Amino acid sequence: MFELLGISPQVLLGQLLLGLINGSFYAVLSLGLAVIFGLLNIINFAHGALYMAGAFVAWMLLHYLGIGYWPSLILAPLIVGAFGILLERTMLSRLYHLDHLYGLLLTFGLALIIQGLFRNYYGVSGLPYRIPDILSGGQNLGFMFLPNYRAWVVVASVLVCFGTWFTIEKTRLGAYLRAATENPALVSAFGINVPLLVMLTYGFGVALAGFAGVLAAPIYSVNPNMGADLIIVVFAVVVIGGMGSILGAIVTGYMLGIVEGLTRVFYPEGSAVVIFVIMAIVLLIKPEGLFGRAA
Amino acid sequence: MTETASKSALLRVERLNGWYGESHVLHGVDFEVNTGEVVTLLGRNGAGKTSTLLAIMGMLPRREGSVRFGDTETIAMQSRQIARLGIAICPEERGIFSSLNVDENLMLPPRIADGGLSVERIFDLFPNLKERRRSQGTKLSGGEQQMLAIARILRTGAKLLLLDEPTEGLAPVIVQHIGRTIKELKKEGFTIVLVEQNFRFAASVADRHYVVEQGRVIDMIQNADLDANTDKLQAYLGV
Repeated sequence: MFELLGISPQVLLGQLLLGLINGSFYAVLSLGLAVIFGLLNIINFAHGALYMAGAFVAWMLLHYLGIGYWPSLILAPLIVGAFGILLERTMLSRLYHLDHLYGLLLTFGLALIIQGLFRNYYGVSGLPYRIPDILSGGQNLGFMFLPNYRAWVVVASVLVCFGTWFTIEKTRLGAYLRAATENPALVSAFGINVPLLVMLTYGFGVALAGFAGVLAAPIYSVNPNMGADLIIVVFAVVVIGGMGSILGAIVTGYMLGIVEGLTRVFYPEGSAVVIFVIMAIVLLIKPEGLFGRAA
Repeated sequence: MTETASKSALLRVERLNGWYGESHVLHGVDFEVNTGEVVTLLGRNGAGKTSTLLAIMGMLPRREGSVRFGDTETIAMQSRQIARLGIAICPEERGIFSSLNVDENLMLPPRIADGGLSVERIFDLFPNLKERRRSQGTKLSGGEQQMLAIARILRTGAKLLLLDEPTEGLAPVIVQHIGRTIKELKKEGFTIVLVEQNFRFAASVADRHYVVEQGRVIDMIQNADLDANTDKLQAYLGV
């Protein structure tokens, strides 16, 4: 069948895998955006810059302190998350009573500043980050060659997405979060510390971005523009999935990565725009997004 | 009302003023509730009954005056701290969370003290809820939502319950069930402030009634004296 279409299964499966890897990043990043938007009502435009910061923190930990990939996978998200909490406490928390637009403008400005600072110090050529030894090499699956590190990226993103989904949908802490998303005043009146919950949620959301950044560092070179390139696509993913929908962000992230990969096989010229075409169609037919609730 | 002040007042509200933005809705509310009492706030729509409950709970954007709970002055506290003292609210719109199931709604308010009802006891009071533990909160009927909204503040250990129109829009058989429940809760030792439009329901459960008009308490009637004061009360309520 593939031969009839003039496409070899190797090319198809290769692009599917590439799509799945891109989808892993879309899923983790749009998940963070969805979590933040759900509770804070903030469209976090700084998400791409914090993803980039995660990659840079991993690089700096290695080059200045000799701390390798595995500790960085924990440390870099913690550092990015702590930085996010600082932003939330000093700036974002002043905007909650205002329109979405103000949060978007503030975080957009922060993104430009963060990117500008890294560009100033490290240039735009990109810095290499080595794949950890244990994950170098790859598996020959017969029909294709699968680099170990890329397989790990998919596994790690699935684990993180599942863990986040489980925490939000199935635990008591998640019930606090969902309730505070619906009616923060009443949740406060039950004696729950909502501002603390909001602060930790923002910290967690941006820590997810930092985590994705560390995962990305060995694949894409560490570059101040890496987040800006990605964030527009990720916003399209969030819109398609439905603003604030946790499951929607995850499923749509992987799905669109794969759709993008398939488009690269069947109509390569369309691969760069296919996600935006889908976004336009979804907005026309189901404006609340595939997994969103009607407003 | 200060001349009736007694040593055992659990809640003492004095000169309570409240605002929503520019709108001044409470103009010096004074009343008190003794431990173990059921007290109603009666009054016409817009008199300030709901605002009074929200102000006690710290949920009004701005409030002034004095709200003492036991020996603690709460006027400068946030609603989260007030809840921790042992006051819990069942809001007029019920506030059932649609993304949480019945169990999660029930278990949401954290325990703030010992002495709350056990989950078994709560399901004794509201057997319907037990059958629907896995249902999403908003899939429940209006009566079940009301029961859930009351049920979830019983297990936290809160001593003072603020119930805002728990019978609103419900069928008579459910209203009776809620009436029986309030009497049970009084026996369990809860102190209750009830906002009601349903005057007959209020008479069937309460010890005393405060009449609220234009953001003030203008009269207090003992439940025992209610029959003698029917004309006066009807004039207040405009029925």
